Amino acid sequence: MNLRRLLAMAFKETLQVWRDPRSLAVALLMPLMQMAILGYGVSLDIKHVPLCVYDQENSQASRAIVDRFVSSGWFSVGHVISRESGIRYAMDRGECIAAIVIPVNFSRTLAASGSAPVQAIFDATDVNTTNIALGYAQGVVAQANAAVAAQWNSAHAAQPSLVGQTEIEPSVWFNETLDSRYFIVPGVVAVILALVGAQLTSLTISREWERGTMEQLISTPITALEVMLGKLIPYFVIGMADATFCLAVAIFWFSVPFRGSVGTLFVTTALFNVVVLGIGYLISVRIRSQLGASQVALLVTMLPTTLLSGYTFPIDQMPAPIRALTFFVYPRYYVTILRAIFLKGSGLADLWAPLLGLSLYAAAIIWLAARAFRKRL
Amino acid sequence: MAAPGEAAIRVHGLSKSFGQVQAVRAIGFDVSQGEIFGLVGPDGAGKTTTMRMLAAVLQPDEGEIVIDGVDVAAEPELAKLHLSYMPQRFGLYEDLTVSENIFFYAELFGVSRSERMSRSERLLSAAGLLSFRRRLAGQLSGGMKQKLGLVCALIHTPKVLLLDEPTTGVDPVSRRDFWAILYDLRESGVTIVLSTAYMDEAERCSRLALLHGGAIRHCDTPSRLKESMPGALLAIPAADPRGMRDALVGKPGVLGVLLMGDRVHVRVDDAAKRIPELHALLEGHGFPGAVIEPTEPGIEDVFVALLGQGSAS
Repeated sequence: MNLRRLLAMAFKETLQVWRDPRSLAVALLMPLMQMAILGYGVSLDIKHVPLCVYDQENSQASRAIVDRFVSSGWFSVGHVISRESGIRYAMDRGECIAAIVIPVNFSRTLAASGSAPVQAIFDATDVNTTNIALGYAQGVVAQANAAVAAQWNSAHAAQPSLVGQTEIEPSVWFNETLDSRYFIVPGVVAVILALVGAQLTSLTISREWERGTMEQLISTPITALEVMLGKLIPYFVIGMADATFCLAVAIFWFSVPFRGSVGTLFVTTALFNVVVLGIGYLISVRIRSQLGASQVALLVTMLPTTLLSGYTFPIDQMPAPIRALTFFVYPRYYVTILRAIFLKGSGLADLWAPLLGLSLYAAAIIWLAARAFRKRL
Repeated sequence: MAAPGEAAIRVHGLSKSFGQVQAVRAIGFDVSQGEIFGLVGPDGAGKTTTMRMLAAVLQPDEGEIVIDGVDVAAEPELAKLHLSYMPQRFGLYEDLTVSENIFFYAELFGVSRSERMSRSERLLSAAGLLSFRRRLAGQLSGGMKQKLGLVCALIHTPKVLLLDEPTTGVDPVSRRDFWAILYDLRESGVTIVLSTAYMDEAERCSRLALLHGGAIRHCDTPSRLKESMPGALLAIPAADPRGMRDALVGKPGVLGVLLMGDRVHVRVDDAAKRIPELHALLEGHGFPGAVIEPTEPGIEDVFVALLGQGSAS
């Protein structure tokens, strides 16, 4: 290997990226846009679910229940209606996706027996949202129950049970506020790096073929390995710069708590970049048109990365065959690593399993990439 | 380096097929050090395929290429150290400037900084490109691009220079610059192989290989090729060359008719016998008083005659 030829290649490639508006846009604008779109757009939290209230009683007790829903922050009352058919009407018009119906004898039943039914109705056309809203509703009702039970007990001077009441006291670690953004934003960083890196390198060899510069290049003494390393160095620098940018946005803009070490972050990110760039390079060697290569790179990275990396859809809940497939989806390792570094402050030793997966991947890709390019027409 | 007089390039039994198409069929030739060797032939004759195999960028199916004592098929990378190849399609980076392209190729061949400076100065001035150093290669004219290609190819003083149709689409002034550089190179002992479709350019070569259908039909110096042309060549000025050609084709003793601008070149088996016959023939076809004179064949005449084409239409 000749360092001079390698550096000449790196220098030339840097000039070309610098002068290519399309590559520059992918390198600089894509991370910015995706960070904004995915960081803000993808959230599994639901706030201010539009709620429709049909309070048949309109007593102090019934209003207290409604207040609990509103003050939880998860719901906002859009409509107070006075007919049962109004619920259907409001749901059809999309003005609410949840409704609560408080029966006419609510406070009387409550006072008499200590418990009274409240009906909750959900528009389940969006199952995901409904499930989450249902969970919130149950939480609100549970709180109300506890309050009512305490009142009822004191009013009836009941003796606390001898065995005592068993209560589950949830203790949430690592993401204490259960904010899904903390969970998603590190995943977004992984997705962006995978997309941008592969896009950039997918053009590098195909550009030489398409513009007719390859024939002269392969007539020189430069070796295939020098071509590969020389071409990947500039993209590695760009990839690390993009990573720094995205991670900084995650920490300082989206305020995701960062509990790990910068060193661990750097080492794992560098390893991930090697895999990403290697894959783009492999595609570029195989496909001799820039458009074709960039399409394939998009296809190969986009779907597995967004669907199977676990960045929004939890891998644990996938069917077994799909779960097995995710071991071949390299971003899953980096998503796992990033979340652990961010939220748990894990070090390299704690991360040995995903690191091993990523390292094996990197070794295989580099091995393939180094052999893929032949200095022949 | 090969000893003086010894072949700098030896090609033997070289063949290459693409699917069903046999692009090059068992060709062989030797080129001595300091020669300018021309591959001449129509499009599709196998010129580019041959050049690519010589440049070690295309693997031959069969045959042997030895350049400066190195077996090209066995050790392509070693051969490339002393080769320079200029492909037919402009092969430099259009988004790099003239200087950046030169720098890149100089680095690939390990040329030292001082050598690069002095050599690029000299080559750029010979090519008339000194004032274009900072211009992007993509913004140069066709002729300037080809000269820049030559500058980059010569930045490491190769022993063998391979040029595939180097002056196609190049203006006459740039072509003159180009050839001046080639003659200088030959003086310094560089062996040059070039392919061309231009007959006037073929005449400047020390030896020519006439390629047709992937095979070498004839290989000799331009003057001996001319001597070997069968028959005699007559030139007839004509106001309507096409009409005259149609009148002459296929007549007794006429071996070939070639349009040469405002004249018609007629190749006949025997000049003394056929000139009176042609006078009579042309009278009868409405070309009275035609001036028929023997003429020296150009390489185009030879080419057409040797490749056995009746007429170039």
